[in-house]
Amino acid sequence: MLPPNEKLRVEEILKNLEKYTPRRKGWAWRKQLPAGTRVDGFNYNQISEPLKNGIGLPAAHYFENIDPQPDPVITSEIASGRFEDDIRRMRMAAWHGADHIMVIRTLGQSHIDGLIEGTPEGIGGIPITRKQLRATRKALDIIEEEVGRPINFHSYVSGVAGPEIAVLFAEEGVNGAHQDPQYNVLYRGINPIRSFVDAAVAKKIMASVDMLQIDGAHNANASSKSAWKVMPELLVQHAINCAFSTRVGMKKDLIALSTVPPVTAPAPEFRLNFIYALTLRELFKEYRFRAQMNTRYIESDLLDATRIHVLDTLISRLTKADIQSTITPDEGRNVPWHINSIRGIETAKHTLLALDGIKDLVKVNEEAVRPQIREMKMRAILMMEEIIESGGYFEAVEQGFFVDNGQYPERNGDGITRLKEGGIGAGTVVARESDYYAPVCEHFGYNNMPGSLNRPDEPIGRCSLEDRSKIKYIDELDESDNVNLRITTQLEDIKAGLIGPEVEWWGDGWVQLDLTIPDDPDHAEAAALEIARRMGLLEATVISKTVLHPVEGTYLELKARVPFKIERESLELPKKPDLLEPEEITGYLKEIPMKVVAGTVGNDEHSVGIREILDIKHGGIEKFGFKYTYLGTSVHPEKFIDAAIETGADAILVSTIITHNDVHVDNMKKIAELSIEKGVRDRLILVSGGTQITNELAVECGMDAGFGRGTKGINVASFLVKKKREMREADGSVS
Amino acid sequence: MAIQRPDDFDRRSKHLQSLDDEQLDRLFWELAGKIVDPLVELARTHTSPSIERSVLLRMGMDSFQAGAIVSRAFELGLLGKGVGHLVLRYSQSTGTSVEEAAKKLAEGQGWEELMKVFKGRKQNAATE
Repeated sequence: MLPPNEKLRVEEILKNLEKYTPRRKGWAWRKQLPAGTRVDGFNYNQISEPLKNGIGLPAAHYFENIDPQPDPVITSEIASGRFEDDIRRMRMAAWHGADHIMVIRTLGQSHIDGLIEGTPEGIGGIPITRKQLRATRKALDIIEEEVGRPINFHSYVSGVAGPEIAVLFAEEGVNGAHQDPQYNVLYRGINPIRSFVDAAVAKKIMASVDMLQIDGAHNANASSKSAWKVMPELLVQHAINCAFSTRVGMKKDLIALSTVPPVTAPAPEFRLNFIYALTLRELFKEYRFRAQMNTRYIESDLLDATRIHVLDTLISRLTKADIQSTITPDEGRNVPWHINSIRGIETAKHTLLALDGIKDLVKVNEEAVRPQIREMKMRAILMMEEIIESGGYFEAVEQGFFVDNGQYPERNGDGITRLKEGGIGAGTVVARESDYYAPVCEHFGYNNMPGSLNRPDEPIGRCSLEDRSKIKYIDELDESDNVNLRITTQLEDIKAGLIGPEVEWWGDGWVQLDLTIPDDPDHAEAAALEIARRMGLLEATVISKTVLHPVEGTYLELKARVPFKIERESLELPKKPDLLEPEEITGYLKEIPMKVVAGTVGNDEHSVGIREILDIKHGGIEKFGFKYTYLGTSVHPEKFIDAAIETGADAILVSTIITHNDVHVDNMKKIAELSIEKGVRDRLILVSGGTQITNELAVECGMDAGFGRGTKGINVASFLVKKKREMREADGSVS
Repeated sequence: MAIQRPDDFDRRSKHLQSLDDEQLDRLFWELAGKIVDPLVELARTHTSPSIERSVLLRMGMDSFQAGAIVSRAFELGLLGKGVGHLVLRYSQSTGTSVEEAAKKLAEGQGWEELMKVFKGRKQNAATE
């Protein structure tokens, strides 16, 4: 297994790919745990087996770092154009809880009539090739071993090369794929006849290796102007792909409907989205659901996207989702960045866990929803009746039935129209003749196999789906565009110990800058760009803008490139405090009770910090059993010493925030000197703290320790116990 | 060509209103079947360049060979025989391996011979 503290090495993954064999084929669901499963004090009804290695939600450290895994498979869409960088993000995503990695294809691949080979760079996605699939699947093998859960690898069987891509995917262990001929027809302008004829063959091949299919209906949603009006049509699109798929040999439980809650606030979204989700799950109860997030209304605002996605996931939990997809909140502004892939997963995981068992607590008001569900079903039925009346599917598409912005039977006349005999690949479909013969396995349709044979592939031995030695592996074709060239920078950087910021590709140099400028949007934008320029950043671009008020302020997010790299070895890392375990501190104090006196020194009224170090409410030292006397604010140095003697304290905690004229230095020195004068220095532990205090400075001033920004009770408590032990050992007492 | 029409759901749905939910669901799936059945039949009895290339891949050819052979077969009007069939027939008639036959066909050899073998026999699977 790859040790968690070692990086994935692309150059290792690229070795021996010609011999690579996928370890398994077919889709993997999560292993559900029984309702009521306990995870550190909480009962869960909808979780699955835990990860071996992972990263919990941001608040997990308040809950013993638990990281329960919700029951649906969680998808992360990852494709930056360079698979060698994507595999690192896949590892990040898997650690956060994704087990379905969806790889978007490069722009235009659906119009390439054939397969692509090698590892050329893509635009907004990856050119799907055999080499690229093998390298990614091999990396996922390593990652799934590390997290202890199967990871489903997914891409697209669409376009004019569907059947070939399906063979490629089946051979290379791709676990899931989008396949929906309607997608080709409506959104890719591919000839309708070609799309359906190809789809049947592709689907049969996918089914032969238990690949999960996701359909494409949700695109109607993303491409119509009034997404909430296409709901009856969405039911029809799902039905067409489902009915077609089962008839060509797919199993219902490996067909997932890609469904999106169609609308979002400011619309009263739940009244529409919830009814739609219920209707869909009733009509398609034998199928699986891939709940996709709404992308239709997302622009560049990350938080807006996140709010939408939380509510979309609420719909998943109130109804049912077998796969919860995630959309990166930055999808509206750039090719998604690493961090936003992870944010998307966290949003889904958080919401799914938060709503664990929600259906046991609330019931759907059947009386309120039933008439609306019935109406939606009837609208879909009416549409199908008219499709049949019009002459069938192809004729309906010619007449613009689909992606019309009217809520069927209302028709707006603005639907997408595609001619049966038009589009890419028109005229390429040929009738199989009576002596048509395809000497391969898993072939859909008429096949006039010679009567003497038991299997159609008998004359060739076995076809490639069963005999891997038949597969022809092509490595690289383009000497100027391949992974070996692209990774040289990465390998050189690593060798030279150079690091730089990145958002998607190794050391791409992009950083993000957030600014609020107290001016109107136009001036604010110009000012922000000028600021970035003066900071020495390159290619600054505004990626998001929020008007706080037309003239009082504009919030902007910029991306820009950093024109340098850092030498890793030259970095000075702050020493990590050597902390004791909380139980150890508590145990020690039970045996050796300790008291402290504390306050802010001189003319300093800033008491927030010291209260946080003391109070049990804030995780202060009181929690571990320390008794304290709080002397208040602006305490004279001498009073600290007197109070310590009076109460028999073991330590003095001095807070000092004000640093004007080095008053903090003087006060620390004074306390140290006074304690010597009064003959108690040896038995008192002197500790100071404040935003400008460092341990070095405090020790220089005669204190035992100093604590700066970010200090917690446990840091101080650990120090006090360790110091006390030392002192007792030194004077011969038992520690 | 696309029509415009106001929402006439109330009038249009009269024949459905009396159906219970189960009947509606059943009708929904019956209609879906009626829409896709002709599409499935079309697929059963037709082929395409991509389908034939997928056959050649499964037979052990690489993507270039598959592309070259299928293009030639398409130009010569032989796709309806099944391109895998052509390769197999050529390998049998020349006594070479499938791999060798594919190599030759991809290079443009052997097509005249195949044209002779398959010439003139044209009957669609759909009419059988």
